[in-house]
Amino acid sequence: MPEQTFIVNGERVTVDVEDDVRLLWVLRDLLGITGPKYGCGINVCKACTSHINGKAFNPCAVPVGSIGSEDEVTTIEGLPGEVTEQQRGANGLHPMQEAWLERDVVQCGYCQPGQIMAAVALVNRVKAEGRQVTSADLDTIRNICRCGTYTRIREAITDGASRM
Amino acid sequence: MPYAVDRRRFVGYVIGGATLVAAADLVLADPPPANAEIPTLPQPAELYDLNDMLTDAARPTANLITVTINEDGTASFELPRAEVGQGITTSTAMLIAEELDLPVDRVRVTLAPARPELLFNQLTGGSNTTISTYTPIRVAAAVARVTLLDAAAIVLGDTVAGLVAKGGVITARNGSSVTYGELAVKAAGSAGSRAVEVELKTEAEFSVIGTPTNRIDALAAVTGQKDYTTDVAVPDALPTMVCRAPTLNGTPVSVRNQAQVEAMPGVTHVAQVSTGVAVRAATFGQCIDAVRALDVAWKAGPVAGESDATILRKVRSAQLPMPKLPDTPLAQTVSGDFTFWFRSNSAMDTNSAIADVRPDGATIWSGLKSPIVAQQQIALKLGMSPDKVKVNVVTAGGSFGRRLFFDAALEAAEISQKMGAPVKLMWHRADDARVGRTHPLGTCRVQATVSGTNVLAFNQSLTCVETDFRHGLGEIITAAAADLPGGVGNLGFAETIFALTQEVPYDFGAVTQTLVETDDRFNTGSMRNIYSPDVRVASELVVDKLAAKMRMDPYQFRRKFQRNERLLTVLDTVAQAGEWGRSMPTGTAQGIAIHKEYKGVSACLVEIDTRPATTGRQIRDAVTGPRVTRVTFAIDVGLAINPRGLEAQMQGGINDGIALALTSSLHLRDGHFLEASWDNYFYTRQWNTPPDVRVIVVPSEEKVPGGAGEAGVAATFAAVACAYARATGTMPTQFPINHDQLSFEPKSFVPPVPESPTNGLDLIS
Repeated sequence: MPEQTFIVNGERVTVDVEDDVRLLWVLRDLLGITGPKYGCGINVCKACTSHINGKAFNPCAVPVGSIGSEDEVTTIEGLPGEVTEQQRGANGLHPMQEAWLERDVVQCGYCQPGQIMAAVALVNRVKAEGRQVTSADLDTIRNICRCGTYTRIREAITDGASRM
Repeated sequence: MPYAVDRRRFVGYVIGGATLVAAADLVLADPPPANAEIPTLPQPAELYDLNDMLTDAARPTANLITVTINEDGTASFELPRAEVGQGITTSTAMLIAEELDLPVDRVRVTLAPARPELLFNQLTGGSNTTISTYTPIRVAAAVARVTLLDAAAIVLGDTVAGLVAKGGVITARNGSSVTYGELAVKAAGSAGSRAVEVELKTEAEFSVIGTPTNRIDALAAVTGQKDYTTDVAVPDALPTMVCRAPTLNGTPVSVRNQAQVEAMPGVTHVAQVSTGVAVRAATFGQCIDAVRALDVAWKAGPVAGESDATILRKVRSAQLPMPKLPDTPLAQTVSGDFTFWFRSNSAMDTNSAIADVRPDGATIWSGLKSPIVAQQQIALKLGMSPDKVKVNVVTAGGSFGRRLFFDAALEAAEISQKMGAPVKLMWHRADDARVGRTHPLGTCRVQATVSGTNVLAFNQSLTCVETDFRHGLGEIITAAAADLPGGVGNLGFAETIFALTQEVPYDFGAVTQTLVETDDRFNTGSMRNIYSPDVRVASELVVDKLAAKMRMDPYQFRRKFQRNERLLTVLDTVAQAGEWGRSMPTGTAQGIAIHKEYKGVSACLVEIDTRPATTGRQIRDAVTGPRVTRVTFAIDVGLAINPRGLEAQMQGGINDGIALALTSSLHLRDGHFLEASWDNYFYTRQWNTPPDVRVIVVPSEEKVPGGAGEAGVAATFAAVACAYARATGTMPTQFPINHDQLSFEPKSFVPPVPESPTNGLDLIS
């Protein structure tokens, strides 16, 4: 079996698995990194949203063989590592996670790792454009939440953006 | 026998253990007060509702729940209910923290495995958890506190009266102190148990109950550490999926290429089971590939060839004549006839279960709201006695009624037994949408008689595809009663649930509500709020028609015919806070509706925008349509244990109500449901959700809690429907309003699950 090497949450990993296995299953089933959740497997629900080199992506739609050895994958477990220690909050977490805790966004929690990873990428994108997050930006988020926590997600992203 | 000495004094127990274990009877509750006044022509649900039945069902059993004090100073408690997102582990921790004078974050609440001795009392449903556990959990915690104080008095050389317990530390008059952790062993009971009388805190003494509190599992959730069934690591339980038939509930006849699929990368087992063909592999990705490669001969399912239209015709033909209206000169009839299409209660966390079945016993892990009947039915399936089947309840990623059933657990057990290996079964999203449980299709007809400014009669008749209640009250006795041949058992159950939940909360003279159920071929179940959303929508739309007939404002009409003070309060609250009657542009409008259930009352005022600029928004693979722009929701739930959690449940219910009104339904064509993805089944998304949502928790005169998990749906659904009718000038007659328009390209049925995409790196953002 081919060896797959890449960086996940700051650590280089090597896994023996076929090239075409989607990264989500390599993370979850082989590496035991279960923060990214399965919700559809076809890049629709966005529950598995993680970061690759700092941008949001969905590992359910990426064959592991297409990940380069220097590519940095960040899952919710590694999100605090995307900011400096000084930028982390009271719980030692990324400012967006801290905003999520303060707003008590979570209900069942299943989609929330993906929601947070998508929110961070959105805020980074908007900030790079030199502007503030608008209601129209929030409307573009495709991550689904069947508990309907959207109201608090919108509040938390606005709050988290101001902390980032 | 457990008993209440009076409304605040109860008897609990200290039972033998290594550290202090305090216990109370789970069915401990003070008897419901007799109704001082019988309202005029009360409906059954007003006098004795579903929650009374769920609470009473458990009275004959004697069974203990225990609060344990640990040496690290924490308290732990196994909750015999399922946490599925509704926040009951947090509210339970709050109840314990309150009576124990311990910080909430020092209380550990886990979920109890199936406990058959609890009989009827391990069912999570009907928004009943807090109603039925409020008193017993506090009694157990109070017993622990009293016992700790007794032990502290000896250690500190003071009298109990001289001690102060705070934050897990007991301090004597002389300033010396001892922690709960230090007392845990000293306070432990010897063998056997002894009864302890305790006095619960008064409402005036509450410092935790009623205080907005963040969830105890939030930190785990936002860091990816919260485990759902598919995250639980069980040795050798490899990923497993099932290839399912192209028609609903079709069954496998033979596998034509078993050896070929067994040879695929990662695949360890292929096995034909009653529901399809199961594959087990090193990763779920390889399971998906194997499911797609399987070539299976199928026997068509029971609804082969059927579609929405044929099922609706069958439902229509089962409709009974409406009850005769009073024959009064000058009386006029106002009526409505509404269709509600199939809807999915699929959660984000698809049906999943881990099963490790050995020749001498089995262990199951799954998100289960009726674990006792699951254990009993799995034992039957495996040919084992129930005591050989250990059923663990895992936190679930949403339920919405879905996890009253244990479809995945039963299937996983069968697969594990057949393969002779542990399995981690996960349903593909396509399976969960197409083969999972649905809210039944139905019609609701309403006829009201009006004479001048009075409503003389109000008849309502719901006719629908059967709602499956074969989980019974959570154990096999009532489940078996609901499974009597010919649907008779289930129909009796359904009629009971209907009668115990439905009300027309207005003074409308002679009120009749009836239920007819037909067609037991579908996988149905109680979707959040069961019958109420459909019944209330039909009712409130006709209420708006009645108001128009009398040339009255919809809000003022609802006030005039209201007999319940609590309902009047929430109605007035939303009208004021939501600015009822404010001037709005053409194509936008307000709608207002009320609901009464789960010992609580609610009102919702929404604003909707149906103008072309809004409905014409173009978003890839989405339904945009009219947008609810503002929601004001008020609830009097009785005593609100955790107002922050209650607000969250209402916010979720609001999004459910919007989805039911505007966008979300399943389409049955040629014997199968078409929906296979979240871009097919249009639950509310960010572009649909209201930018402005305000939930008001109204202070209540009630001293006991009501139910929260389902309470937000019905009034919102009805208010959105009423607003849409007023904005467009046309009263909708089917829900969701967009059902006739198929807004997606259906995915394949053979293979039954879509291919995993490969273009993820082209879509980074």
